[in-house]
Amino acid sequence: MSTRTIQGQKNLQDIKQSSPDGIGGSPLRPDGNLKVKGEFAYSSDLWHEDMLWGMALRSPHPRANIVSVDISDALKLPGVYAVLTHQDIPGSKFYGLEIQDQPALAIDKVRYHGEAIALVAADHPETARRAVKKIKVEYEVLTPIVTEEQCLDPETHGYVHEPHEFKSHGYGNICHEQKLVSGLGVTDEVRALADVIVSGEYEVGMQDQAFLGPESGLAVPAEDGGIDLYIATQWLHVDRQQMAPVLALPEEKVRLTLAGVGGAFGGREDISMQIHASLLALHTGKPVKIVYARDESFYGHVHRHPARMHYEHGATADGKLVFADCRIVLDGGAYASASPAVVGNAASLGHGPYVIPNVKMHAIALYSNNPSCGAMRGFGAVQAAFGYESQMDKLAEKLGMDPVELRQLNAMSEGDYMPTGQQIDSPAPVAELLQRVKDMPLPPPLDLTNLDVRALPGALSNTSHGEGIVRGIGYSVGIKNVGFSEGFDDYSTARVRLEVIGGEPVAMVHTAMAEVGQGGVTVHAQIARTELGVEQVTIHPANTEVGSAGSTSASRQTYMTGGAVKLAAEAVKQEVFARGRKRYGWTQNDLQLIGGKVVSESAGALIPLVDLLGDEAIDLTREHHHRPTVPFDKETGQGFGHVQYTFCANRAVVDVDVELGLVKVVELTAAQDVGKALNPLSVVGQIQGGCTQALGLAVMEEIIVKDGKVRNASFTDYLIPTILDTPPIPVDVLELPDPNAPYGLRGVGEAPTVSATPSIVAAIRQATGIALNRIPVRPEHLTGTL
Amino acid sequence: MRVTFTANGKPVEADDVWEGESLLYVLRERVGLPGSKNACEQGECGSCTVYLDGVPVCSCLVAAGQVQDREVRTVEGLAEENGELGLVQQAFVDAGAVQCGFCTPGLLVQTDALLEREPQPSDNDIREALSGNLCRCTGYEKIMDAVRLASARTCAKGPKA
Repeated sequence: MSTRTIQGQKNLQDIKQSSPDGIGGSPLRPDGNLKVKGEFAYSSDLWHEDMLWGMALRSPHPRANIVSVDISDALKLPGVYAVLTHQDIPGSKFYGLEIQDQPALAIDKVRYHGEAIALVAADHPETARRAVKKIKVEYEVLTPIVTEEQCLDPETHGYVHEPHEFKSHGYGNICHEQKLVSGLGVTDEVRALADVIVSGEYEVGMQDQAFLGPESGLAVPAEDGGIDLYIATQWLHVDRQQMAPVLALPEEKVRLTLAGVGGAFGGREDISMQIHASLLALHTGKPVKIVYARDESFYGHVHRHPARMHYEHGATADGKLVFADCRIVLDGGAYASASPAVVGNAASLGHGPYVIPNVKMHAIALYSNNPSCGAMRGFGAVQAAFGYESQMDKLAEKLGMDPVELRQLNAMSEGDYMPTGQQIDSPAPVAELLQRVKDMPLPPPLDLTNLDVRALPGALSNTSHGEGIVRGIGYSVGIKNVGFSEGFDDYSTARVRLEVIGGEPVAMVHTAMAEVGQGGVTVHAQIARTELGVEQVTIHPANTEVGSAGSTSASRQTYMTGGAVKLAAEAVKQEVFARGRKRYGWTQNDLQLIGGKVVSESAGALIPLVDLLGDEAIDLTREHHHRPTVPFDKETGQGFGHVQYTFCANRAVVDVDVELGLVKVVELTAAQDVGKALNPLSVVGQIQGGCTQALGLAVMEEIIVKDGKVRNASFTDYLIPTILDTPPIPVDVLELPDPNAPYGLRGVGEAPTVSATPSIVAAIRQATGIALNRIPVRPEHLTGTL
Repeated sequence: MRVTFTANGKPVEADDVWEGESLLYVLRERVGLPGSKNACEQGECGSCTVYLDGVPVCSCLVAAGQVQDREVRTVEGLAEENGELGLVQQAFVDAGAVQCGFCTPGLLVQTDALLEREPQPSDNDIREALSGNLCRCTGYEKIMDAVRLASARTCAKGPKA
């Protein structure tokens, strides 16, 4: 008996060394080979025999009354199968993520440049383009409501929506507002407690997600009168929830399957062409494919809210923060989209990762006739971070302190309270992350004797050979919430099946999670391997046949759907043990699944899974809900509103050509606490990608909107960083487990996008001595030629 | 019009091609080669890069009629004869340079062309060569790693026979 046990334990040791592809390892993406072979089917690659091409007519005006729409000439064009307006919508004419304020096709008026008015289905995209041009629309053009001042004075300038329509916690042209007061708030008495006070006005331009794969999908009418939609999205179930009432179909007849997604970053949280393609398919009885051209993509999705912010901070002479007074105005554009939640984030995170005894905050989102804004990576925390981190640098300068030391002096840590009254109940290594980026080696100084102009500002344009170039270094840190907040019952569903295929135990994971490039499919397989002790895991295509996974956003998918996969796999494991106990009378309570076997620490390997399962699969579904949160009090902003916080610190080194105003980011260092790196390779990739989008916002990315009109809807004019604009991004990953999260993990994707932008601006300020209060920083801001 | 050309070594023909169609459209929608991607269709992002007579071009900027009787090689043609991944493809997978992967086909063709003319590029050479290919996901660091890895493996393999 004892011999058997010893053998068993030896056996167990050997088994335990297997599976480098479980959690904590870095197995390669299961879709990687298909992607490099060009065989992975993105949503724009779909094809169906006899399919038609759909296209929308879009408004050239940001604000106008529609006097008439004449589709007769368009319908006469050979090859055109349908031309639809709002009158052809069978069900509800409105949809929306949080507020159903957006018409699927414009009714009587348009509220932003690019709003869809009519749809065409034709046999060739060129036929569709020509038909769209033949639709005659008569407009009564109105002066658009586009500035903060205009929006806040509706008596003079009018309403984007009727005075009492479509407001959350707002009124007039304010879509949503959130106030927050903590400590004594900010009064004259509180101000008097501070030895130094700094204030500033800050502005953030409108950034675009600029995912590379255009909005696209294929809608196929089904025999049961329903619709099958193959679509690139971030959340299949919420698309369906918005689509079904418009199509006048029960939800079960609206079936969505995820097609390959070419990036998302928040831009696919809203409906784009889902309803349009489905309407055309149901109307014509034929499959309809819609693929946006790049300009249509800029018109067809929501962007990051541009912001105007006022910040005032007071501190004692030794650098302790006394108060923060903050006002954040976000331009939400024509429709609400995710504006209420973005405001909630800005208000509750807008003071930064600092302990501040007295805070007053007021955040609002406006309705305007500018393009609609909604979710983008960082979600309301990005804009604020530029404000509060600029203030920290200003304060450090006024106090004569090192900017990193000032931040560390005031950094929040575990056990501290947010201004919302929520106690931070997991590690918050803000000071340590700053120290880590500070301690990393600096890049070598510019060597003018051994120069490669490609590494200088201006790069291939050969604008400098080193003359006029000054180097600067800047630091920043940011805070971001993970998961959906403010009382939302955020959950995800996973189905895990364990069966024997070809003599091997194989796990199948089925969720509705949108894989948008972040690597969820890799991590889900790792979780199943770890929990079930099998090597072979297949990932079932994501669709609405399984329960909702929630959105691939808010840095939540590994936490939420990963958590659901873990729960389902654990349930399968328990079922395996239950069968074994029933069948073989096992009495051990230390059973595990390792290396394709049921094993016991005390009794060794008991039975191979293959033998235990036979031809009886175990197939179980579980939901993962995170711990409950509550909505913030409308007036005071108090409440346990967020599930988890995540932090990232950055150091930027920049070279600036002070004569031409050109900036080259030389290096952008990041340190982030990820709780537990389930896949270190992917974690680092997410942090580097997030830093690069932050770099874009710092120095180049902006949708230029003038009088409500978009001026740069193309990759020629909307600039995203190229490989020449992007520096090395060394990443230092810290793993301090969160006791409340699956495996102790912390959401990763957004924090670097929140924190990295201010570090770059700080570095440019240090190099030039110019106070910069608007991003993106443009050459004219640096040369004084504005 | 009818357009006939060679794609990845095989003769192909497309009928009823409208004169305004691009090579990209013909590849993706008419001859069943959707590997080259349609991200900007303006020559700015590089996602649709293919070899045309051995030279990397943005296939969105090439009119379909221009490829009559010429040779096109797409991302689908970078794999080995037996279907195994080519050296550059494998390096991108191994380095974690593929996230959403939409930019990947164009980057693979451009990298293949770079290593063909310069098997040991410096970092600045790589950045210059790939500066016409946008990637929105990765931050380019792992793409740099992938190209360095592909270069190292190319050199280890020795010159082509």
